[in-house]
Amino acid sequence: MTATQNRLTIYSLFLPEEGNFMQKWNSMQFDQILQYTLSGLSTGAIYALIGIGFSIIYNSTGIINFAQGEFVMLGGMLTLFFTGLLKLPLWAAIPCAVLSSTVVGLLFERLAIRPLRQPTPINLVIITIGGSILIRGLSMLLWGKDTHALQPFSGEEPIFIGGATILPQHLWILGITMIIIAANKYFFYHTISGKAMRACAYNRRAAGLVGIDVRRMILFSFIISSAMGAVAGIIVAPLTMTAYDVGIMLGLKGFCAAIIGGMSSGMATVIGGLLLGVLESLGAGMISSGYKDAIAFIILLIILFVRPQGLFGKAESERV
Amino acid sequence: MKLKFTGFLMLCSIVLTGQAFAAPTIKIGALLAVTGPAAFLGEPERNTAQMVVDEINKSGGVKGQQLELIVYDTAGDATKAVNLATKLIRDDKVVAIIGPSTTGESMAVIPVVEREKVPLISCAAGIKITEPVKKWVFKTAQNDTLAVGRIYEQLRKQKLSKVAILTVSDGFGASGREQLKAQAAKFGITIVSDDTYGPKDTDMTSQLTKIRGIKPDAVICWGTNPGPALIAKNARQLGLKLPLYMSHGVSSKKFIELAGDAAEGIRIPSGKVIVADQLAASDPQKKSLMAFVKDYQNHYRVEGDHFGGHAWDAVMLIKGAVERGATTAESIRDQLEKTRQFHGIGGTFTYTVQDHAGLGKDAFVLVEIKNKDWMIVK
Repeated sequence: MTATQNRLTIYSLFLPEEGNFMQKWNSMQFDQILQYTLSGLSTGAIYALIGIGFSIIYNSTGIINFAQGEFVMLGGMLTLFFTGLLKLPLWAAIPCAVLSSTVVGLLFERLAIRPLRQPTPINLVIITIGGSILIRGLSMLLWGKDTHALQPFSGEEPIFIGGATILPQHLWILGITMIIIAANKYFFYHTISGKAMRACAYNRRAAGLVGIDVRRMILFSFIISSAMGAVAGIIVAPLTMTAYDVGIMLGLKGFCAAIIGGMSSGMATVIGGLLLGVLESLGAGMISSGYKDAIAFIILLIILFVRPQGLFGKAESERV
Repeated sequence: MKLKFTGFLMLCSIVLTGQAFAAPTIKIGALLAVTGPAAFLGEPERNTAQMVVDEINKSGGVKGQQLELIVYDTAGDATKAVNLATKLIRDDKVVAIIGPSTTGESMAVIPVVEREKVPLISCAAGIKITEPVKKWVFKTAQNDTLAVGRIYEQLRKQKLSKVAILTVSDGFGASGREQLKAQAAKFGITIVSDDTYGPKDTDMTSQLTKIRGIKPDAVICWGTNPGPALIAKNARQLGLKLPLYMSHGVSSKKFIELAGDAAEGIRIPSGKVIVADQLAASDPQKKSLMAFVKDYQNHYRVEGDHFGGHAWDAVMLIKGAVERGATTAESIRDQLEKTRQFHGIGGTFTYTVQDHAGLGKDAFVLVEIKNKDWMIVK
């Protein structure tokens, strides 16, 4: 008897009495899995957006900017600041928040990264960690330690997809992530500045030799990634709420996404983020919720051990 | 920062005036987590303790003696708390200590005060602090046991027996989880699903989806902000129609603000302070509660919460002991143990040799969130 036949017999044994139950159980299980996947995809999109911020800076400077998570926090907190204290409407507060976070990113590069006399990667990485602690500390002093909720962009009425539900805000997240990724693609492949940044990523020395201002490209990369971080922070704040310390965990998850994607600033990181989100969500629902974060970091470790070039990368692949 | 600085100035002035008058002062130490992860406890506690001590002094002190409050910030760190406790006792020579704010810190400080023989009135909720009874240790925060009991009592009344629990994976959640499991059988309740979430998690739909699949009669979530607010929102997103109970860890307006519309209908066991104005005039705690709420509002322009109340109770209990003639660490301890029917913020305290927690079931009321406000569940 083959395995299939065997299984069929077992099924038919149970079917007469429990067929109805099995069917019900299956449809319920399906709804659940659909919900896990949808939740995972929307969280994953956030991870992806943050992850791309990591890889843009990595590709133009060769460093991991551990302050990336703080720009996510700044996006959310500044939007709150502009809507709350300055009473701006949301549509006006968002650009202001993105702009101010970008200015912080620019200052960070100018004041902390550029003046460094010996820009070895380890020095730079430690500076970004220091920078993140500084930004977090200042935000705590400025805005206090409370968690705040931001108004959703368009209501809170859940949308049904099959047996699962998502919120309008999830659609905003997915949509904005896609727009940003498309814009990124366009920038890096169809504009002079973008191409120059890619050139720096291939070979900084050679790029410098052909007349590309490498330092300027590094500044650009900080500007772009801090703006992207801020956008990510703003679009997730209505769902996840925001406080001075949300950057740590979101930053780490984004970093995981970037690692899974092999530090590419394109689709690979997006897939990395989505994969991470879905696995986390499925793991929490179907294995144990206690292991949710462990799942993310186990994936990170496995990838680092087995495929340090990323899930989709060739060894020594071209980046950006 | 500014607040901290003024606090520091206030402290300085108190220390200076204390020395200038050279009148007999009663030195009270306080170890509170004013900064760090438990700042939501320590900050209102510090504010309240300072406010109460200032007022007592302004109105002539206790039996002519001024109180002097020395506050140290533990930042929620147990090691720091131990060092500062030693400092309070050896250098500042305090006769009683208020705090620490968290259970972990309190447990760490207990051996110090037991050795040095100084009474400690902890503001943390963990049941381990006063069980088994330690000679020098008292506490003002309500035990988790009482909160769990209050919820289960209501569930039993409504004949709901299958319960799903969702607890945060930190000290507060772990303690709640333990109590929820331990007391279930006593109330005829079965826990059909036992899930956790991380204190920094941003999406709990997975856990709630799983719970929805299991079809319990009610969901109990144990955590402090912002987690439970996210859970409330997620539950609304999933269209979860089950009765949702939260812990007393979120019984502050902040929770309603964070959860928004999703907070409607959620039930919480809480100290009476948040519904002080709804209490019957005959409630023995009403007078203390109204006084505290009004006072805090005047001083800090925010509503007093039950965390501040823990410090209020601690200062008032010490005041009571001093009023009954105690001035030394030893006599304050003895008098504390003789506290009977003190109507404070957390409840009505009666300490005995066997009970250093001092509160009964009536310390908690069950409230429901309606129209963004608390309503007592009758």
